[in-house]
Amino acid sequence: MNVAAKDIAKGQNILEIDGISLSFGGVKAIRDVSFDVKKGEIRAIIGPNGAGKTSMLNVINGFYHPQEGTINYKGAKRHDMRPYVAATQGIARTFQNVALFAGMSTLDNIMSGRMLKMKVSLPWHFIRFGPAEREELEHRERVEHIIDFLEIQAIRRTPVGRLPYGLQKRVELGRALAMEPELLLLDEPMAGMNLEEKEDMSRYILDVNDQFGTTIALIEHDMGVVMDLSDRVLVLDYGEKIADGTPDEIKNNQNVIDAYLGVAH
Amino acid sequence: MSDTTLKSDGGSSMSQTQRNWLITVLILAAAVAGSFVAGSDSLLYKVFVGPFVEMYEVPDLFVQVLWEGLVAGTLYALVALGFVLIFKASGVFNFAQGIMVVFGGLSLVGFYAAGVPAFLSLALSVAMMYGLAWTVERVVLRPLVNQDPLILFMATIGLTYFLIGFGEFIFGGEPKTMITQEIGLPSGSYDFDWFGGFVSFQKLDIAAAVIAAIMVGCLAVFFNKTRIGRALRAVADDHQAALSVGITLRQIWVIVWFAAGIVALTTGIMWGARSDVSFALQVIALKALPVIILGGLTSIPGAIVGGLIIGVAEKTAEFYWGPLVGGSIESWIPYFIALGFLWFRPQGLFGEKIIDRI
Repeated sequence: MNVAAKDIAKGQNILEIDGISLSFGGVKAIRDVSFDVKKGEIRAIIGPNGAGKTSMLNVINGFYHPQEGTINYKGAKRHDMRPYVAATQGIARTFQNVALFAGMSTLDNIMSGRMLKMKVSLPWHFIRFGPAEREELEHRERVEHIIDFLEIQAIRRTPVGRLPYGLQKRVELGRALAMEPELLLLDEPMAGMNLEEKEDMSRYILDVNDQFGTTIALIEHDMGVVMDLSDRVLVLDYGEKIADGTPDEIKNNQNVIDAYLGVAH
Repeated sequence: MSDTTLKSDGGSSMSQTQRNWLITVLILAAAVAGSFVAGSDSLLYKVFVGPFVEMYEVPDLFVQVLWEGLVAGTLYALVALGFVLIFKASGVFNFAQGIMVVFGGLSLVGFYAAGVPAFLSLALSVAMMYGLAWTVERVVLRPLVNQDPLILFMATIGLTYFLIGFGEFIFGGEPKTMITQEIGLPSGSYDFDWFGGFVSFQKLDIAAAVIAAIMVGCLAVFFNKTRIGRALRAVADDHQAALSVGITLRQIWVIVWFAAGIVALTTGIMWGARSDVSFALQVIALKALPVIILGGLTSIPGAIVGGLIIGVAEKTAEFYWGPLVGGSIESWIPYFIALGFLWFRPQGLFGEKIIDRI
């Protein structure tokens, strides 16, 4: 990873967040936070509970619209993002508390990630045969690759609502990958997992980054995982940025230690 | 271990539904036995034995009643289908489905009366339903996005009253005759000599059943096998996740309301052909409620099977048991049946058993 890290350092930014502030009524979730994500890196966002990490992901993918600041994604400066625009521009995400389509099979869930890549228009769908079917098969092939990659062949036809939590997280990653994202946002991909599942998930994240060159921004509470996986770490606390740097820098940063362990008064 | 402890163990491990079954079977058995003891003039006999003897002895009449029930059931199923489509994709219980049926029927008749050729009127009515779907999304749903489902439900009640007023303003309030022949629907009937009697099938009813079957088949394929169908189900399951893969809620809502509009238009034509097209027709929305209780709000097969069960049960009950209480039990018996079903299957016919993970 060290070699790659040097390349990344020279690379250009895929995302620049500048002076973002977000509040809900009187609650300030994010206060004037700026950071960037370089193309091809794994960027971690950490911080105590309620620090504004998930809010930040929601701003990036357009669920929340910040009151101040700009989002510069792939060179286009915006005041706020829209979910549809984010999806078409190559931002995919997973959710903290698994947001899958519970009634649908693993296959259908991952196929839904191909939604924007499929172009055949509505009338053809009523006929089903012809263009619509051809397109369906073509995308099925891509999805099968992802299923192989994530080693979930056995649960292809299972409704995801019945799967154990660890596998649901994996299917959710699969759905995000099906979008062939340039920037992948992962909200606590390892929450609630046991050690073995965490190791698997870490491996998938590294492989995605390595094989597909996907830029990844992830929120995670497991410090061991964060320090191992990420190239750079952003630390938020009470909606403010308190540190930003390589894992080694973060480990020794006094602000971070204070935020996590508390300060003697 | 003694005999008595064994029995009490068995009793306590029995589930609620099993107990319900047991009680019902016991009561029925007692009633049938009682009616034979009391003789063929007793009320017990007339309720529990008489009608079945009659069905057996005059089968042609029974077949005719069954057929009427199935036809009515098809129409109930179509109305229920309209509810299910919209509920599945947007979580909204669309109270306006009944008036959409009337609106569809009236616009078809209205265009024809204005001198437009029959098939062009049909196409224009379809376009009208699309316009309605688009307008509803733009004016009613979009401003209320993320609101409580109850608020959306109340908005559809408002929509109902608006459409009644608007419809009367455009088309006038008096009942109209459906243009059945003009749009190619058959009339007349096939008559058969069966079981030493006479059974008659209206061609129009057969056409209604066939059209309904084709429509349901198309919808099933559309929902289960296509990209947009998948998007519809995705939106039904999780709005946030659907947005994150680039599905636009607005587009999906217009599509489902349009689909429900087409179903409403078809129902309006079929029902209008049997009676007249008038605003009184909108009460058929109420007919769909027991069907939905029975079939579940989210299941297309549930709506169809539920509709057929309600239709058949309603007509047989009216014909064989109605006279006992002076008739007209058609209006409430569906609810009674729906409640009876809930007694055995609280999750509805096709609903999945709800298990809360704690």
